[in-house]
Amino acid sequence: MMLASNASAALPMSTTYRAAVTAPFPAQARRASAGRWQDALFRQVTRLFAALVLALLLSIIVALGYAAMPALQKFGPAFFVTNVWNPVTSEFGALAPIYGTVATSIIALALGVPVSFGIALFLTEMCPVALKRPLGTAVELLAAIPSIIYGMWGLFVFAPFFADYVQPLLHRVLGDVWLIGPLFQGAPNGLGVLTAGVILAVMVIPFIASVMRDVFEIVPPVLKESAYGLGCTTWEVVSNVVLPYTRIGVIGGIMLGLGRALGETMAVTFVIGNAYRIRASLFEPGNSIASALANEFNEAADPVHRGSLIALGLVLFVLTLIVLAASRMLVARLTRGEGAQT
Amino acid sequence: MTAAQVPSPARAAPTSNARYRRRIFVNRFNLAMSLATMAIGMLFLLWILATLFRNGFAALSPTLFTQMTPPPGSAGGLLNAIYGSVLIVLTATLVSTPIGILAGIYLAEYGRSSAFAETTRFVNDILLSAPSIVLGLFVYTVYVLQVGHFSGWAGSMALALIAIPVVVRTTENMLRLVPSSLREAAVALGAPMWKVILKVTLKAVRGGVMTGVLLAVARMSGETAPLLFTALNNQFFDTDMNAPMANLPVVIFQFAMSPFEDWKTLAWAAALLITLTVLALNILARTVFRQAPTRG
Repeated sequence: MMLASNASAALPMSTTYRAAVTAPFPAQARRASAGRWQDALFRQVTRLFAALVLALLLSIIVALGYAAMPALQKFGPAFFVTNVWNPVTSEFGALAPIYGTVATSIIALALGVPVSFGIALFLTEMCPVALKRPLGTAVELLAAIPSIIYGMWGLFVFAPFFADYVQPLLHRVLGDVWLIGPLFQGAPNGLGVLTAGVILAVMVIPFIASVMRDVFEIVPPVLKESAYGLGCTTWEVVSNVVLPYTRIGVIGGIMLGLGRALGETMAVTFVIGNAYRIRASLFEPGNSIASALANEFNEAADPVHRGSLIALGLVLFVLTLIVLAASRMLVARLTRGEGAQT
Repeated sequence: MTAAQVPSPARAAPTSNARYRRRIFVNRFNLAMSLATMAIGMLFLLWILATLFRNGFAALSPTLFTQMTPPPGSAGGLLNAIYGSVLIVLTATLVSTPIGILAGIYLAEYGRSSAFAETTRFVNDILLSAPSIVLGLFVYTVYVLQVGHFSGWAGSMALALIAIPVVVRTTENMLRLVPSSLREAAVALGAPMWKVILKVTLKAVRGGVMTGVLLAVARMSGETAPLLFTALNNQFFDTDMNAPMANLPVVIFQFAMSPFEDWKTLAWAAALLITLTVLALNILARTVFRQAPTRG
């Protein structure tokens, strides 16, 4: 950051200086003015492409909004709170897929955040130096595996395992507990909201863990050393020094993971079961916005059906936009000197 | 709890002290949990890779590279899908790399901290993590719907939209690492700004920028969702980018969900090919170009 401001201060001065000295010599002046003209062109071209990125976001919202019109005009605001999805009678409401998206993402965060924190803690405070890089890379490779591979693995390997071992266990242990019992009722068939949530958790762990590791590493060593000097244990240093210092960055990382979880398509499509239902039990099949799109879009010939699916896409985009924007702002606030106030 | 509340070492020293023992226990327990979470993460990585390798290598055969994707219930290969994937990703790379690099140059060299540059940076970071299926939907509404048919071009457009933010972010981060003395030296020699940027600063970080491009290619190679509504699929070998085009991710999606064993086997083979490509690109990006790669 400091480097950037140095350069911007230095460059214009150099350019005017050059223009001044070359002016008396006609040939050089011609070349200099050609250079200035090319400079202006190059600058405008790069600016144009930067503007293109900016325009992309707006055009996505406008294009999707326009294409969703047939559905939004027919159903009005009720579209977002109605639980019906019937292509035959052309009745559509977004509540079930929105519920599926939110429910799977909450499960993913509930499981993924503690594990990510543990991994980040291990990598920054416990890991032998020689293993830091390989293990860090291994966690990042988990993020590089294409989501469709998670989907296949989920469908053919994880879902049967989950149905045979984990779901019966959850049912036995938690099925009769007050308040949360109904979540774990029903037939353990492996495909459903809970399975999708667990696979999403595995997918968001590398994202959250890498952000957490990065922000943990910016804690000034002197702060940690002072705490160790007072006789703190490693855990006390982490919970009393590192976490308060990096609080905002950690929240930003979690939001980034949430953004990923909301929009994840293929892994969820394979295992969620694709049923437009809202059931108390997490073992029941459901549907998320992204999986509804992946499954149905190419079969949707009727404009209202297609419009409804595009409206779902718009909901998903706006939802992730809000989450990611919040995440960006939090992380940016941290890099601007969260440490200064602690 | 602040440092002042932590028991002082003098008071905590005797091992008979119950409070000291509790602190040690809490510490050991939490660190053990941390170790366990790391083990869980590695376990899932190994579990997924082991599943993939076992099924994928069993499904590998030379016919994969010589035959087309088969109709239901018969054997075949993946030639058309491999060809389509390479073509779509290559086109998307050729489109997104210059756009991404030029936009990155503007942010790092010209825009810097102007309001326009800050907004673009913010939007770019959001697009970096935007759901890829929505980008596919966008290309569907603005292109596929207008021309009236699915096509390889549309697939490339959707993938390019995914790659551009990655390239923009890496290029900008890399250019910001260039010391300003390098720029000043070039300007002092009389070089115009565009020459300074293209021949000095960009050249100084070309390894880092290449890393960004490689990571973008890796990300595009595995993307399925945006291709569903754009390139779709094609059972035959077709070099026409203006027609629906076979590609590995959509083949995996359709074949893995099918009830036919032959198709499932092919899906595993395709999954193995894609994962090996993506992992190889990632490792290449991390090892060959040692300048730190950037994440979203």
